[in-house]
Amino acid sequence: MGKRTVLFPLHQELGARIVDFGGWDMPVQYSSQIGEHHAVRRAAGVFDVSHMCVVDLRGARVRTFLGQLLANDVGKLTTPGKALYSCMLNEQGGVLDDLIVYYLTDSWFRAVVNAGTRDKDLAWMRRHAAASGVEVSERTDLAMLAVQGPEARAKAAQLLAPGDAAAALALGSFFGRELSGWFVARTGYTGEDGFEIMLPAAAAIPAWRQLNSLGVASCGLGARDTLRLEAGMNLYGNDMDESKQPFESNLGWSVALEPPGRAFIGRAALEALGARGSRAKLVGLVLEDRGVLRSHQKVIAPAVGEGEITSGTFAPTLERSIALARVPAATGAAVQVEVRGKLLNARVVRPPFVRLGKSLIG
Amino acid sequence: MSNVPADLKYTKSHEWVRTLANGTLEIGITDHAQHALGDLVFVEVPEAGRAVKAGEQCAVVESVKAASDVYAPLDGEITAGNPRLADAPETVNAEPYAAGWLMRLKPNPGALAAADLMSAADYHQLLDAEGD
Repeated sequence: MGKRTVLFPLHQELGARIVDFGGWDMPVQYSSQIGEHHAVRRAAGVFDVSHMCVVDLRGARVRTFLGQLLANDVGKLTTPGKALYSCMLNEQGGVLDDLIVYYLTDSWFRAVVNAGTRDKDLAWMRRHAAASGVEVSERTDLAMLAVQGPEARAKAAQLLAPGDAAAALALGSFFGRELSGWFVARTGYTGEDGFEIMLPAAAAIPAWRQLNSLGVASCGLGARDTLRLEAGMNLYGNDMDESKQPFESNLGWSVALEPPGRAFIGRAALEALGARGSRAKLVGLVLEDRGVLRSHQKVIAPAVGEGEITSGTFAPTLERSIALARVPAATGAAVQVEVRGKLLNARVVRPPFVRLGKSLIG
Repeated sequence: MSNVPADLKYTKSHEWVRTLANGTLEIGITDHAQHALGDLVFVEVPEAGRAVKAGEQCAVVESVKAASDVYAPLDGEITAGNPRLADAPETVNAEPYAAGWLMRLKPNPGALAAADLMSAADYHQLLDAEGD
């Protein structure tokens, strides 16, 4: 038996199919994975993401600490509540994890890191926090729901008292704030608008039931994966890991090399690589032939070399197969993918594939 | 609980076999198999005229999650692949024992008698043993 979130009994009651996900027993789907995907693109869906790790970072020097810890620059966070996406790198520039960090007060930031990297991340943070006296505490008392889709914010706001609802609906994109003990953030992993809500564990099941009664569909990790891939978002462990640096993972945009004096962990390694350039890049693929792209299939870039699919699926919104693939940096606009012994044609695109319900691939 | 029609034969790899009036066999995947795979998004069926051996991989069914091979249950020659599945693979989810058939096969002489096929009751037992 794996670890279970506080919502596990409800998933069972709702008839979810449970799978192992990084040591957690999680719902992969409730009824139809494609139906759940469409519910999020067209209306609203709710996901249990309580397996993710919420970490509070407190101390007078927390901003300085995060300036060293993260490849993106928390100096960009000037308004309380604002969130930042960042990689956390090792000394070699490899991606230890990707995370979101919220600036709450000058002595309190909150990070959300991946479930599968929890222990490694906490140890790494604590090791580097000691010098700056920052306290690293995991918030195991909180559950986390992602409510996503064009109708998600309006529906989720109905869980809140009227004053809190108005405040939640006023949140700008990539902002969060605490409202009567719930932390509501306008963030997500689907390419749709919505909230991620961190709430006391005991409140999670009633909140989920109320969302269902408001017409918000229960959605599993299966739909979460197709939604994030259409949105062009990387999955840690598939699309990047410690052996890959951000510039070969389509995450160069999140590395803040300005100001030049900020000595974040991994910076020296990235600058050394930068002089030579990255030999590989992570791109989007759209399959032109019939079939389904899957992770680890071989990608052939004519006259350039070979690469590999890191995530692939059938994209329900696009009704065709898409993938992320790591290919040689010189790869052009067309590649072939070896699918079950056949070479199929794919077009190279820049992710995302879908944003706010609309296809971006033409 | 999966639907297991009493008038069909079954394989351990979750194919069903129906004997048509002209002696040709119609083959598909069971309700249990389509449910386990989830929403199908791509099906590749064999070409008519292809000779197949029992246990040979001859079709592919792919869901959002995974690809799965379908095997010939006995020796014979493919007479048809289901043409509607190219554009409507979800038919296999909706009607696994009817419009969602995968292929038709003319068995070689003696192949049907020699084939390792199960009755509906035995297939039910197999599913019970697998925890369905």
